[in-house]
Amino acid sequence: MSGAELIAIALVLPVATAVLVALFGRRPNSREGATLLGAVALFATVLALLTQVLGGAAPALPLIEIVPGLTIAFAIEPLGMLFAVIASGLWIVNSLYSIGYMRANGEQRQTVFYVCFALAIAATMGIAFSGNLFTLFLFYEVLTLVTYPLVTHSRTAEAKAAGRLYLLLLLGASTLLLLPAVAWTGIAAGTLDFANGGILAGKLAPAAMGLLLALFIFGIAKAAVMPMHFWLPAAMVAPTPVSALLHAVAVVKAGVFFIVKVVVFVFGIDTLRETGAGDWLVYVAGFTVITASLVALRQDHLKRRLAYSTISQLSYVVLGASLFTPLAIVGAVMHIAAHAVSKITLFFAAGSLHTAAHIDHVSEMDGIGYRMPWTMGAFAVGALSMIGVPLTAGFLGKWFMLVGAGGHAQWFAVGVIVLSTMLNAGYFLPVIYRAFRRPAKAEADGHGHDEAHSGEAPWPMVVALVTTAILTVGLFFFPGVPLTLAQMLTAG
Amino acid sequence: MLQHLPVLQVMVPLFGALVAALSRRPGPSWLVMTAASWIALAISVTLMHQVLTGGVISYHIGGWDPSLGIEYRVDVFSALILVLVSGIAAVSAPFAHRSVASEIPEDRIAWFYTMYLLALTGLLGIAITGDAFNAFVFLEVSSLSSYALIALGRDRRALVAAYQYLILGTIGATFYVIGVGFLYVTTGTLNLGLIGERLAAVESTRPVLTALAFITVGISLKLALFPLHVWLPNAYAYAPSTATVFLAATATKVAIYLFVRYLFTVFGDRFVFAELPIQQVLIVLSVAAIFGAGAVAIFQSDVKRMFAYSSVAQIGYITLGIAIATQTGLTGGIVHVINHGLIKGALFMALGAVALQVRHCHIEELAGLGQKMPLTMSALVVAGLGLIGVPGTVGFISKWYLIVASFEVGWWWLAVLIVASSLLTVVYVGRVVEAVWFREPSEVARGAREAPLSMLIPMWLLAGATVFFGIDANLTAGIAAKAAAALLGSPG
Repeated sequence: MSGAELIAIALVLPVATAVLVALFGRRPNSREGATLLGAVALFATVLALLTQVLGGAAPALPLIEIVPGLTIAFAIEPLGMLFAVIASGLWIVNSLYSIGYMRANGEQRQTVFYVCFALAIAATMGIAFSGNLFTLFLFYEVLTLVTYPLVTHSRTAEAKAAGRLYLLLLLGASTLLLLPAVAWTGIAAGTLDFANGGILAGKLAPAAMGLLLALFIFGIAKAAVMPMHFWLPAAMVAPTPVSALLHAVAVVKAGVFFIVKVVVFVFGIDTLRETGAGDWLVYVAGFTVITASLVALRQDHLKRRLAYSTISQLSYVVLGASLFTPLAIVGAVMHIAAHAVSKITLFFAAGSLHTAAHIDHVSEMDGIGYRMPWTMGAFAVGALSMIGVPLTAGFLGKWFMLVGAGGHAQWFAVGVIVLSTMLNAGYFLPVIYRAFRRPAKAEADGHGHDEAHSGEAPWPMVVALVTTAILTVGLFFFPGVPLTLAQMLTAG
Repeated sequence: MLQHLPVLQVMVPLFGALVAALSRRPGPSWLVMTAASWIALAISVTLMHQVLTGGVISYHIGGWDPSLGIEYRVDVFSALILVLVSGIAAVSAPFAHRSVASEIPEDRIAWFYTMYLLALTGLLGIAITGDAFNAFVFLEVSSLSSYALIALGRDRRALVAAYQYLILGTIGATFYVIGVGFLYVTTGTLNLGLIGERLAAVESTRPVLTALAFITVGISLKLALFPLHVWLPNAYAYAPSTATVFLAATATKVAIYLFVRYLFTVFGDRFVFAELPIQQVLIVLSVAAIFGAGAVAIFQSDVKRMFAYSSVAQIGYITLGIAIATQTGLTGGIVHVINHGLIKGALFMALGAVALQVRHCHIEELAGLGQKMPLTMSALVVAGLGLIGVPGTVGFISKWYLIVASFEVGWWWLAVLIVASSLLTVVYVGRVVEAVWFREPSEVARGAREAPLSMLIPMWLLAGATVFFGIDANLTAGIAAKAAAALLGSPG
């Protein structure tokens, strides 16, 4: 099949899945079957595209010109390809996990959940394959809207308040800052198409370019660069599969993906380095990396600790992009992949603890490692990867970024990476220590379920989290695909 | 036959009104209304086709020369308004059947349709006539019938609202006709085109300035330009649902048409904008409308009133585009005339369906209606997204043109204001969406059922159009751009 057809299929498949899920709303087994089938079919389609991209092709699908100057068009470059592979691949694992989680926790409105989830994946595919700034912006906004019902899923007052913050911060930032940035880019450059080396070289004064970059960085609130990060901890009120795939992978990665796209294909790393228009970015990213880690240290609620860790790790990617050197960009791209598999593992473990033992706080985790060895083993792998310990995927991204920063004497960035590594260890190691080295608390808690005091989570959840943990280690030994794609990206 | 289409455009609904009045009974009068409005739509579409292929149509009533008699003149802009007005009337016809039957006493239904057709006649007449005084006659025809339509609302406050509108509308019409008198005295003709030609020689004289002042203020009252909008919220809130749908989508739009006609064709944009401070005044008032009415809308608990205030704000966007007075700005203003018509038509139809099921449109009574009327409430959400201006909807197209126009003339602060204002829309649309979808059904909502198909189909036709023309805007924006080019290129 041609690349254009495959792109069309990849966009339509998740939407078709959503329709099927809605149709099978009253028959849960068929409904979940539809989700799994859709996820596998999508991954196969994306892999078919991957072989084309690795073979040097650049599949494209120009769709429609809305009005002169605004076009919906898709074109795959290596970074988008990687993003699509990650999101669609993890969708399969996450669907398996969702089935266990949603059923074991007796969640309401599961049909709406799966429909919105599939639509969120469709929007993610649109983001990954977008061929110009407008298309990217369009699907970025769609992603905000279809994930809003997922954040407010429980419909409690807390969930509704979180939903308001989610919608207002994300839509507010994208409307107030990102939309003017897109319009300004269009007027200054005369085009919204992505191009190697950027489209703005020589079109704007360095000061204006710096301002435009700031509009993008802060307008893309999904990347959660401080102070645009408040929505992310709030969104943790959503069911854990949402936190795992969307708020650790698809949604937040859409943010950093957008930023890397803008840095590489709109401004161009050479332009930014030569004009000095983006020199401030490394400090903003570094500040977020360190501050979010410090906040994470103080969080007892496990999902919130993971959320602040995500904020910190996202700014790693921004930090990598902000060095404007090919090697650091490779590091940023590798970190997108590494953080995806590691953080989803951590969230899977958190959801597993919630489901099997009703544990939501770090302080309740004493000795839990012996009761739930698979869960906590996977958690440990994910945590070590986030710290950046060798033999896990997290090491690779940090390594490339360190080399990229050191090679250009960016000592601030080097310092941030070293310091944050210590902080990461500071908020992850105590969790592992508690789980495996402290004795379990003897007294009964208020839950009163017998099953709440023994055993692992349902098997689909365990399979899912072990799979992602294996991926986390596997990526260290076989980094071929993401590394090749990252190098293709920087080779331009 | 075909060359008489311009006069038939007005005659068909006029005779329809007569027949509806004579029929006296609900069924036949509805049939007459439906037939007349669909024929009117067919005529206007044919006229649009003729104009696009063969240029401006000039029709001399009774064969009299335009300098003496009445000329009907159809150009791209007027054809666009004709299609919008008759299109909304035609789409509303099936909707009206159930809605009117439930809201209007049976012995008055025939009168309702009579007034409805008279309003249609007047609105079409304003858009098609090339004669200043004839426009006044049609303005009165449409206004008087609107007062009657509003007064037929089942809430007793409808009477006060209609009376308030009557007083202000009459002042507006009087101002307009005084202005026309001045123009007649100075130029010796009532033909708009000829006035435009002859004004060039006398344009800065006091009578011409007086005429401009009277006409501008008079029409501003009819189009509800802030702060002359006070009649609108009550009129829309208490009118029968069908009347609200029709008037909100068309009446102010036709007044805007007349406004643009006078500013650009009669007085000429160079005279109006370059030599007088009208541009500054209009921009200040538009921005005040957008923010003032948008903020007031947030605090409305009657959703119909909320969207009525929203109309005042949205008219602000249209007048803003007119005030920018460049090709892009005017295109944005004109395309928003259509886009807002589609959005508000769909929104008020959804509220009309709510009125049928739960009688009132208080936000507390709408709570939880999403479970009971999912299709209606989904249409409400889609139209609401259009109102916010989410990319992929018509609202975004308008916003994009206005932002680009602001950047083009170097008013970046205006672009900032435009994007900032959409946050107000996010808040009030969000309030409704949250109540409808994320709350438990209210006492009255629990007994509600989905709206009948006769309402759902028109509603979804308009809601679908807000998405369709947001993804392929070549038809709407293309025609708006042609209209803008013709207006800016006109002598003046």
